[in-house]
Amino acid sequence: MGNAFYLQNVLGGLAHGSLLFLIAAGFTLIFGLMRIINLAQTAFYLLGAYVGLSLGLHGVDFWVAGVAGGVAATVVGLAIYGIFLHRYHANPLTALLLSLGFALIIDDGSLAIWGGDPQSISPPRMFAESIHFGNLVFPEYWLALIVVSTVIAAGLLVFQQRTKFGAIIRAAVDDEEMARGLGIDVNRAFYFVFALGAFLAGLGGYLGGPITSAYPGLDGELLPLAFAIVIIGGMGSLEGAFIASMIIGLVNTFGRALFPELSYFTIFLPVAIIMAVRPQGLFGRKI
Amino acid sequence: MISRSWRNIAIIGVLLVLAIAVPRLGLPAFYVSLLTQTWIYGILAMSLDLLVGFTGLVSFMQAAFFGIGAYVVAIGATRYHFVDFWLTLVVAVLVAGIAAAAFGALALRAEDAGFIIITLALNEIVWGLAYQWVSMSGGDNGITGFLRVNVGPFHTTDNSGFYYLSLTALIICLTLLVLMVRSPFGLVLVGARERPRRMAALGYNVWLFRYLALVIAAMFAAVAGVLFAYYNEFVGPGSLSLDTTVQVLIMVILGGTGTLIGPLLGAGILVFLSNALSDITQRWVLILGAVYVVTVMYAPDGIVGLINRLAARARSRRELSLAASAAPAGAFNPRGGPER
Repeated sequence: MGNAFYLQNVLGGLAHGSLLFLIAAGFTLIFGLMRIINLAQTAFYLLGAYVGLSLGLHGVDFWVAGVAGGVAATVVGLAIYGIFLHRYHANPLTALLLSLGFALIIDDGSLAIWGGDPQSISPPRMFAESIHFGNLVFPEYWLALIVVSTVIAAGLLVFQQRTKFGAIIRAAVDDEEMARGLGIDVNRAFYFVFALGAFLAGLGGYLGGPITSAYPGLDGELLPLAFAIVIIGGMGSLEGAFIASMIIGLVNTFGRALFPELSYFTIFLPVAIIMAVRPQGLFGRKI
Repeated sequence: MISRSWRNIAIIGVLLVLAIAVPRLGLPAFYVSLLTQTWIYGILAMSLDLLVGFTGLVSFMQAAFFGIGAYVVAIGATRYHFVDFWLTLVVAVLVAGIAAAAFGALALRAEDAGFIIITLALNEIVWGLAYQWVSMSGGDNGITGFLRVNVGPFHTTDNSGFYYLSLTALIICLTLLVLMVRSPFGLVLVGARERPRRMAALGYNVWLFRYLALVIAAMFAAVAGVLFAYYNEFVGPGSLSLDTTVQVLIMVILGGTGTLIGPLLGAGILVFLSNALSDITQRWVLILGAVYVVTVMYAPDGIVGLINRLAARARSRRELSLAASAAPAGAFNPRGGPER
């Protein structure tokens, strides 16, 4: 286990963390604003992966297919939110069970449409090579994914902290009633954030596809990682989600390399430490 | 009031006689096996009701303890040659209790939505262990190669023998749980759910009572898990997956939280429904998802809640006609809600 081993896994972990961030960002934003624990978030990821895949097979450009996957997830997400979930803000249990019902429906629906075999997604041609660096070998696409995800994280933060609409969202998180009283259209913020969350997850599904591929049950495998991220990062915090995604990506990747049979269990360690020391998470507020 | 409690005892007696008679009625073996599963899931659902209905803790990690119970049976029998039922049961209950003591200490640091997320995560981590630790748990293939063992008078290799074993276990667990929720302990749990600060002010350690409820509920779940493992002579990671934990929660909600008997009813409905659906269509998971949606939207207080509401309405209507003929007005409950 030389330096190459560590460097390789650090890069792999950051790439994995990057795709997790695309799921967790929506998860934490939706929870922070609407108090909805959206279990369909990883189902959106899977849906985006499959839709992108179908387009990719018809020769659509990788990035366009990824955005289309995100749009498909947005459409489904908005339908679910607009018709059902929006009535249950104050009731986390009902909203959670509803979102789980929809996760099952999306999961089983995609099994019916795309079949049960794992489908691999190839990276875009421009990043299809591997980089050789001494005895270190890693796909270029890992770096591309890390960059894309970091840019998205930065963009989201700037949007949240520096724009008027971001300020509206923060105001609604802090005190929804007061924001409404000031004449702010909070409902628009709800729809927007839910759509954004679904879009990011759907986009992540196809962009993450070269790493995770797409198969039924993938959403269930990613869900524990998303929970771990919001627990560690703090529910509702974007910065927290980004840092925790990277932590979980690294822990999971090293866990897989060092203890292949216990990698889920290795996630337990950071979760347990956070719960013991700082139950509200790294960047969370007291909940 | 006396007549009503006698009526309840009569209903329970009739149901019990029916339940005992089922394997001898000449029903197809298929129904006996579905009922056996209902009794097993019923224990699990009632254990969760102790938390959701009485303690006010919506725990998503109940399947973990169910699965721990089941894996203790399988791993014990295949690796350590544990074949004694009682020893296995005690070890399973203890292991689940210890796991719950550890998980509970973490999960109870959060409240409400935080509690839900942390219990979800803990359940998924136990699932990940069963799914990935192939050399210990057999991974996705699970563990086979252990057999049912006879327990006292029950010849469990025979399906009707196993039916009676699970029915007996169900009745014992139900009795214990009813006694518990009616005991001072149970009353403190309900009090702490309704008015945690007042209970704390009265000198009760609210945290400790919740913690104990979590551990006790986990032990009951492990009993169900032990029966489940022997019944199937197979254990796989599905038994402690998110799907299981949610299915059990739906059983509790569909039947009616805080009633114990409701979750048993919910268990029966879900067992029979998922079997019937998987017979008819391959897309039964999809339909089950839709059932969840409909349940939480339209039957939030469950079937028992619905029956109580209808009964209260019928009663108030009767009282209304009595009141109209004889008594002065204002003697009835105009909202038709149950008396509290």
